[in-house]
Amino acid sequence: MLEMFGVNPQALFGQLLIGLINGSFYALLSLGLAVIFGMLNIINFTHGAQYMLGAFCAYFLLQYAGLGYWWAIIIAPLLVGVTGIVVERLFLQWLYKLDHLYGLLLTFGLALIYEGTFRNFFGSSGLPYSVPPELQGGRNLGFMFLPNYRAWVVVLSLAVCLSTWFVIERTKLGAYLRAATENPTMVRAFGINVPRMITLTYGFGVALAALAGVMAAPIYNVSPQMGSNLIIVVFAVVVIGGMGSIMGAIVTGFGLGIIEGLTKVFFPEASNTVIFIVMAIVLLIRPAGLFGRST
Amino acid sequence: MQRVAEPDATHAMRSRSELIAFVLMVVALVVAPMVAYPVFLMKALCFALFACAFNLLIGYVGLLSFGHALFFGWASYVSAHAAKVWGLPPELAILAGAAAAAGLGLIVGALAIRRQGIYFAMITLALAQMMFFFAVQAPFTHGEDGIQAVPRGKLLGLIDLADQTNMYVTVLVIFLGCFLLIYRIINSPFGEVLKAIRENEPRAISLGYKTERYKLVAFVLSATFAGVAGAFFVVTMENYLTTIGQWVFVVQGAIFVVCVLLFRRGIIGELARLLGIRL
Repeated sequence: MLEMFGVNPQALFGQLLIGLINGSFYALLSLGLAVIFGMLNIINFTHGAQYMLGAFCAYFLLQYAGLGYWWAIIIAPLLVGVTGIVVERLFLQWLYKLDHLYGLLLTFGLALIYEGTFRNFFGSSGLPYSVPPELQGGRNLGFMFLPNYRAWVVVLSLAVCLSTWFVIERTKLGAYLRAATENPTMVRAFGINVPRMITLTYGFGVALAALAGVMAAPIYNVSPQMGSNLIIVVFAVVVIGGMGSIMGAIVTGFGLGIIEGLTKVFFPEASNTVIFIVMAIVLLIRPAGLFGRST
Repeated sequence: MQRVAEPDATHAMRSRSELIAFVLMVVALVVAPMVAYPVFLMKALCFALFACAFNLLIGYVGLLSFGHALFFGWASYVSAHAAKVWGLPPELAILAGAAAAAGLGLIVGALAIRRQGIYFAMITLALAQMMFFFAVQAPFTHGEDGIQAVPRGKLLGLIDLADQTNMYVTVLVIFLGCFLLIYRIINSPFGEVLKAIRENEPRAISLGYKTERYKLVAFVLSATFAGVAGAFFVVTMENYLTTIGQWVFVVQGAIFVVCVLLFRRGIIGELARLLGIRL
């Protein structure tokens, strides 16, 4: 039936898979942005650079410590998360009472510093990072060939997204977090250390970005600009989904990845711009975003 | 739309110090080409005009557009294309560039003002990225190569802009003209409404102002000035392609961080505060 439209099913499913992979990264990154924005009221422009740091961290661990992918996927988010905590303590904590724009400018400046430094030492061409031996190869599903590593990325990203959603929406810790977002003074009056919670939340959001970076390293190359290309698309995803809800960020992330994949099949010229076009349409119809509450 | 009355004495003092600052700037810019390389100065003037256009938005309406380079870049492309391929004289090419920027400003502005604050910044950034992809793919921009060897031509058919001094005077006159125009805009009743929106938008709405319309007009004006800057930039530089060293990004980023943490009123504003001057 698909051939009727002049579409090769092999290509269609292939692009759908690529869309799902991209969607996994959009979802992980926009989830981190939403979590950070909820607690800190700061749009973390450094998110893309921290994703890049995660990938580079995996690369360094392999090159200089001989630790492979499985170690990297645990250590890199922790290390980069710690850098996030340092950044929060050094810079961000002074900005909470100010306009959003200051946080935006500061994190943008940090992103430029990270990216420029790495570009200076590693150039703009990517460094290769190989797929771990356990996940090499793939399986034939009859209608398409599914590389194991890509399946793993989709599954892991879904698992991380859903467990983050579960922790925030369904556990006591998450209840504290949501309460602190609504009214930090009141939560402090109950004896909860809100500033530390904010610091840890930022660390967690940054760790999510780094995790996405490690996952991306074997698929895309490890390169200094890998984050800045992605972060603007993720911003568009966040505008479309609205930052009000965690689930909204996850669903829009995967959904837009798939839309992008489908566009590559049916109208390849627009594949780079389709997300921005969707954003424009959403702004015209529902300015608050698909899952957002109007502010 | 009555202007808020200021006490006469302070008002007179402020306008006098502003006049002195303006005269000093003009004198400095007239003398400058004798000591510095004129092409560098023209480049700086274009960026200064771009900054003025940007300031019109963030400083007076409180809108942070992260995609303003879009108008600069597209005006550059359109003027370069008009001057080189269509063979238009420079004044028409620059007008075409500014008109293109105004049109784009209308579209981007109409979309972006539907959201406030950080969302506004993210939307402008995303739309700029979209137009960037479009610019890289569209045939008339020549992708990564850019448009090379844009002719400077003759202004109004009389003044040969290939001459460095003529070009500098033209750029300077346009810069000062735009500067005064922006000054006039922000001190007009319209400008007062913009400032009211910056301070408290719900209140401006409750006073009966259609703030969306004011914001859109301000956005289009700012985009147009940014476009004029971009158009002049391409005509003076004769091409639109620049390569930048890597450390520039690091330095730029460090400036951002320092400004946010230490110089929240801007470097000039902080210095003025230290010296006890009220700007």
